[in-house]
Amino acid sequence: METLTQPEALNFECETGNYHTFCPISCVAWLYQKIEDSFFLVIGTKTCGYFLQNAMGVMIFAEPRYAMAELEEGDISAQLNDFDELKRLCLQIKRDRNPSVIVWIGTCTTEIIKMDLEGLAPKLEAELGIPIVTARANGLDYAFTQGEDTVLAAMAAKCPEKAPVMESQKQERNAISQLLNFGKKKEEVAADESEYVNHTPLVLFGSLPDPVVTQLTLELKKQGIKVSGWLPSKRYTELPVLEEGYYVSGMNPFLSRTATTLMRRRKCKLIGAPFPIGPDGTRAWIEKICSVFNIEPKGLDEREAQIWASLEDYLQIVRGKSVFFMGDNLLEISLARFLIRCGMTCPEIGIPYMDKRYQAAELELLEKTCHEMGVPTPRIVEKPDNYNQIQRIYEQNIDLVITGMAHANPLEARGINTKWSVEFTFAQIHGFGNARDILELVTRPLRRNNSLKDLGWGNLVKEGAKV
Amino acid sequence: MKLAYWMYAGPAHIGTLRVASSFKNVHAIMHAPLGDDYFNVMRSMLERERDFTPVTASIVDRHVLARGSQERVVDNITRKDREEHPDLIVLTPTCTSSILQEDLENFVNRAQLEAKGDVMLADVNHYRVNELQAADRTLDQIVQFYINKARKKGDLAEGKTEKPSVNIIGISTLGFHNQHDCTELKRLMADLGIEVNEVIPEGASVHNLKNLPRAWFNLVPYRELGMMAASYLEKEFGTPCVDITPMGVVETARCIRKIQEVLNAQGADVNYEEFIDQQTRFVSQAAWFSRSIDCQNLTGKKAVVFGDNTHAAAMTKILSREMGIHVVWAGTYCKYDADWFREQVSGYCDEVIISEDHGAIGDAIARVEPSAIFGTQMERHVGKRLDIPCGVIAAPIHIQNFPIGYKPFLGYEGTNQCVDLVYNSFTLGMEDHLLEIFGGHDTKEVITKGISADSDMNWTKDGQAELNKIPGFVRGKVKRNTEKFARERGIAQISAEVLYAAKEAVGA
Ligand code: SF4
Repeated sequence: METLTQPEALNFECETGNYHTFCPISCVAWLYQKIEDSFFLVIGTKTCGYFLQNAMGVMIFAEPRYAMAELEEGDISAQLNDFDELKRLCLQIKRDRNPSVIVWIGTCTTEIIKMDLEGLAPKLEAELGIPIVTARANGLDYAFTQGEDTVLAAMAAKCPEKAPVMESQKQERNAISQLLNFGKKKEEVAADESEYVNHTPLVLFGSLPDPVVTQLTLELKKQGIKVSGWLPSKRYTELPVLEEGYYVSGMNPFLSRTATTLMRRRKCKLIGAPFPIGPDGTRAWIEKICSVFNIEPKGLDEREAQIWASLEDYLQIVRGKSVFFMGDNLLEISLARFLIRCGMTCPEIGIPYMDKRYQAAELELLEKTCHEMGVPTPRIVEKPDNYNQIQRIYEQNIDLVITGMAHANPLEARGINTKWSVEFTFAQIHGFGNARDILELVTRPLRRNNSLKDLGWGNLVKEGAKV
Repeated sequence: MKLAYWMYAGPAHIGTLRVASSFKNVHAIMHAPLGDDYFNVMRSMLERERDFTPVTASIVDRHVLARGSQERVVDNITRKDREEHPDLIVLTPTCTSSILQEDLENFVNRAQLEAKGDVMLADVNHYRVNELQAADRTLDQIVQFYINKARKKGDLAEGKTEKPSVNIIGISTLGFHNQHDCTELKRLMADLGIEVNEVIPEGASVHNLKNLPRAWFNLVPYRELGMMAASYLEKEFGTPCVDITPMGVVETARCIRKIQEVLNAQGADVNYEEFIDQQTRFVSQAAWFSRSIDCQNLTGKKAVVFGDNTHAAAMTKILSREMGIHVVWAGTYCKYDADWFREQVSGYCDEVIISEDHGAIGDAIARVEPSAIFGTQMERHVGKRLDIPCGVIAAPIHIQNFPIGYKPFLGYEGTNQCVDLVYNSFTLGMEDHLLEIFGGHDTKEVITKGISADSDMNWTKDGQAELNKIPGFVRGKVKRNTEKFARERGIAQISAEVLYAAKEAVGA
């Protein structure tokens, strides 16, 4: 890991942790879609099931490859044998869905009753003939997107250790190059290969929609950098090879455990870069990777300038406005950094958990951006207190609050513009090409409320209505 | 352990939160891990609430696991007491607290020493009760708490109101069309010359609970929520309870007659017969609808009904008794109260299904191939897959089931809404089938009606062609019957001939 000097000017605080966020088991919703041959089994209670059922909305009706192993009183009092019970359910899953991997998601309950999922998994795996990955994505320890981190950290341990030697195996493994080379002749592929600089293999980690994977891979290809694999890949059977000494780079700010696992257990080298969110972030990310490989980046100036120019209509809307992040998904630092570069001010960034080491480069870029744009640095509030935050929002007259759904409608009713934070985790926000999507989301409330502003009904709560 | 994809009733704490947050100025504090305050999202989204949902969490994390949550829970209660001065704070246990087995009662007592408002522990066990039972229990608990408190202070309301009056018990947040039902019930009471004493829990203040005994009777419109509180009031004060859901023309009349009986027994001397007659024949359109030609066309059509006890039972009776529709089966997910359901619908459907398993319900729908389904959102999606229209009559529900326009299910206006719902569901299906008959849709593709995977039977070209000529709404059935026929006789290829042979065999 790169050691970077801590930016001193940023102001870090920690509040009570009384804030609203999604339970990390929600990662099931996007990971089962990403990893097409997986099945996610959440071992928990009705509470977990109720949350997933409601949070996943209509997805639930599409026969998702996920289910609850709902614990009953007998499981809690240990009258029933955990192993036998899990075996029974997993056999049923194998029979009905035949997945290539079953991911067990441990929950608060399995933590409290100390169900030894990590111990049971290898035994059952042997009996069942299907790999079982265990992730403890519970609400006792983690928030929302950190769920993905626990799953990827567990998967990192399952990546093959040695690059396959046989040509046929190679084919199967390298799904990304297959994707990019689709429809090309062998000679063309060979010619393509020569476009790459000779560098130590690079594996990227973080679950992104396939189109974004392609875009970012191509972006690096322009610099002659080859992406050897991606964690996670489209299928579990295509998990990337991770040899000692490989370089890895994180795509999202919430992947600290995965980064640690890759460094400690797989002996990979982490490229600590800002995250490719916004044109500024994407550029900084590419530059950082290039610098590690001793490559002089080409054409980034024009590329970035061109993207900013294309955003001008949206920039006009946000310039000079203030944005407040209540904090619930860990994307906050990167988004704030981008929005400040867009010309916004940001008095406060709430964030569930702040890994200053993993996010070091991003924090540094945030600070630099503030200086260059001539705006005060935000206070970064870890484990925020939503009640206090709402008092601060009232006091500071914020133009846009990025927050969860629990607060969005009540704030709107009080005349305060809000954007629902969860959308940022599902929208495509990475790379040069998706900067517009971020601003599309950010400006939507401003555009909508602009068309309503002359109607005279900004405040829609009765006098004396309580906070 | 149970493999589960979907649940009809939520966990216990949801019920407690629904009741607590329905009251005015009552705050619920959940003893829960980070992320379990999803209730706030649902309330804010589904009800489009303008105010912050009065629910916060006292977070259970690693630290709490190691040291216990005493300090934190007590602090959180007293802090909320200072910040918002609620009348009552309800400490709400979750599945996590159920297994931690901390002495929450003790925390409540300690917090009560400092708090200005009242503090109570919701007496619900995650592993024993579901959302609906917990809601019923919590309402009862709050009512008892304030009746006892008033008794102690000596300011319990004495005697009955001068004019006949009623408590409407069981209207709550996130309840299916509860707000509209409440308005309709108040209107009905006004028409009957009955004063509304209190409505609980929605919009009520806990300070008013001491007035509950003043009502002449209690009306509990929903089977799931309010019965416990009503029986407590009956036991304590002899207040009679009317628990007939006024949903549908006949049941509404029955409910009103029961009210009449209850009031007259207390010396009121009211006669509602003429009111019922007027409303039935001229205000509600439902009675006239059941005589009209539209409804005649529905005679004997097959339907299935599934939902909570209240709505599934009432809908079954409406379909069968008021519209002449053939209810093949009616079901409920309120397993804990199954006997009541069986008794209610007996004579109005061929079969009763009690199940919490949406897969079993989906299969039961596929099996009977009704012309319309009346169920929850889950059944609506089953209907989509099977190409059968569905009217949603019960929770679990989505945002579209929280309409802004006035849509009660109860009372005389409710009967009109039910007619629209039923009629629209069936005509949708009819239109579809007319389109099919006149080739409005692409008929090349075979529609498999079945919830499970495709069949493994082989259809020859001409067999397939014949099958495609059959109108869509029966095609699935014909396909299945033919395949069954072929399988029984060991026929591997289904040709046009086989299809017709099968048709003759079943006499269809
Ligand atoms: S916070 Fe814990 S109990 Fe609640 S849904 Fe998440 S894992 Fe389940």
